[in-house]
Amino acid sequence: MDVLRCQGLRKVFGDQVVLDGLDLTVAEHQVVALIGASGSGKSTLLRCVNLLEELHDGTIELDGEEISAPGVDPDKVRRRIGMVFQSYNLFPHLSVLDNITLAPRRVHGRSRREAETRARELLDRVGLGAKADAYPDRLSGGQQQRVAIVRALANSPRLLLLDEVTSALDPELVGEVLTMIRDLKADGMTMVLATHEMGFARDVADQVCFLDAGRVVESGPPQQVLADPTHPRTRQFLARIIEAGRL
Amino acid sequence: MSTIPYVPSPAQRAREEYRRRQTVLSVLIAAASTAAVGTLLAFAVTGAPGWDRVRQSFLDPQIARDALPRVLAGLWLNVRLLVCCAVAALLLGLLIAILRTLRGPVFFPIRALATSYTYTFRGLPLIIVIYVLALGTPGLRLQGMPSVLVLGGAALVLTYSGYLAEVFRAGIESVHPSQLAAARSLGLTYRQTMRHVVLPQAVRRVAPPLLNDIVAMQKDVGLVALAGPIDAVRAAQIATAQTFNFTPYIVAGVLFVLLAIPLIAITDQVTLRAARRQSGG
Ligand SMILES: Nc1ncnc2c1ncn2[C@@H]1O[C@H](COP(=O)(O)OP(=O)(O)OP(=O)(O)O)[C@@H](O)[C@H]1O
Ligand SMILES: [Mg+2]
Repeated sequence: MDVLRCQGLRKVFGDQVVLDGLDLTVAEHQVVALIGASGSGKSTLLRCVNLLEELHDGTIELDGEEISAPGVDPDKVRRRIGMVFQSYNLFPHLSVLDNITLAPRRVHGRSRREAETRARELLDRVGLGAKADAYPDRLSGGQQQRVAIVRALANSPRLLLLDEVTSALDPELVGEVLTMIRDLKADGMTMVLATHEMGFARDVADQVCFLDAGRVVESGPPQQVLADPTHPRTRQFLARIIEAGRL
Repeated sequence: MSTIPYVPSPAQRAREEYRRRQTVLSVLIAAASTAAVGTLLAFAVTGAPGWDRVRQSFLDPQIARDALPRVLAGLWLNVRLLVCCAVAALLLGLLIAILRTLRGPVFFPIRALATSYTYTFRGLPLIIVIYVLALGTPGLRLQGMPSVLVLGGAALVLTYSGYLAEVFRAGIESVHPSQLAAARSLGLTYRQTMRHVVLPQAVRRVAPPLLNDIVAMQKDVGLVALAGPIDAVRAAQIATAQTFNFTPYIVAGVLFVLLAIPLIAITDQVTLRAARRQSGG
């Protein structure tokens, strides 16, 4: 069963076409990695799926229901989709625990007790139980990003969108976040992640999509797309990455 | 956490000893220079040719003692008025700031109204607002007209909420859009995002300038006396007219400063805390 189906997505900023008839399908329990040059539209795609950006054409379906249809309440859709950002975006005025329980309590109407019990469970699982009462500015980047992922998970989303969640991190902190994402995959979470970490894409993704000029020009299993690309643009992109020593 | 007891090295102890000496030295220098400047000032003022006359008409201790109870009674009115007006102006200012940030064509008239409100009341001199409201509107002879005191207070609230709204708005706009995106991505509605994510951060950030405006308001509370109520300044004015001596004004002035000190101290404290938070310490 497909969790996400995007068809003919189009997004324009001024006279710049960022998404140009993009198609993408994500099956349940699948992990899809979006790769592509800077500015190719990876973040824009994720923001469109989460209805944070207005769409200019095309349709998006979540669990077979069109969420891009007029009259759909975007707030209700976003409850079912988790999103994690490159810059963590934790709320600095709230403790780790309050960051995580905010949406369960205010959006899903859980009691404080219930929400906090679950939040502590999730934090313990990723080894951050001791940080529940700390404020975000007292955490390392890797810890903040793991809290941000836990915050998205606390809503029990159907789909998790991860936008370059490791690119703001020091190299030695990347590992702890990647481990967490691997564990999520093992738990069967459906994920779409934009990344510049080709090694990680190869490791964790079931499918790699190469974006160029607002379209998916090549997609397939990582061994094929990353090791033996067919499209000239993909080859060019990967050659540059290898040159830079990042694969 | 290390369990080994920490023993400072000789170098560190020498460093701390040096710092202590430096602190003592700078305190001594500050005390000496303050004493010198104070003495000079005292001589310059008391040695002035007109000093005796000025002392008689501005610093008469007997008249000060006589005027004090009445001025104090007036000051009590200032304090009550300040508390009520500050609370009301903060709430109204916050409301207008929120209205100004509403997006979407439906809210255009509300937005336009809130915007023109801040333009009007920041431009209009407070004295004119007080005169129009406290002296003009009773002329309408409407039923259930509030007292001149309430009308004067309302003038103060209207004017100051115009300023406070702009301070709040600056705070709201200083919250980074990524915070909104994060909140909305969790499924929070616009209202919930404002209430739980944007406003708490905004208010914390602009607390120092808000308090500063309240300090300014504290002085302008006295202007309500122009419309009749007997506050500290008005009481001093009456006492001055009776004795032909300006000492009551000095008494009122000193009391105003004393009243402002705690408020200013709180403002400084909050500013310091905000600065520390900003630098992540
Ligand atoms: N709010 C916006 N207003 C105008 N242009 C935008 C906006 N957001 C993105 N763009 C443009 O859209 C294009 C695609 O941006 P996007 O952030 O989706 O790229 P990306 O693939 O995520 O790149 P990166 O790998 O650097 O994160 C860029 O050229 C960018 O300048
Ligand atoms: Mg991006």
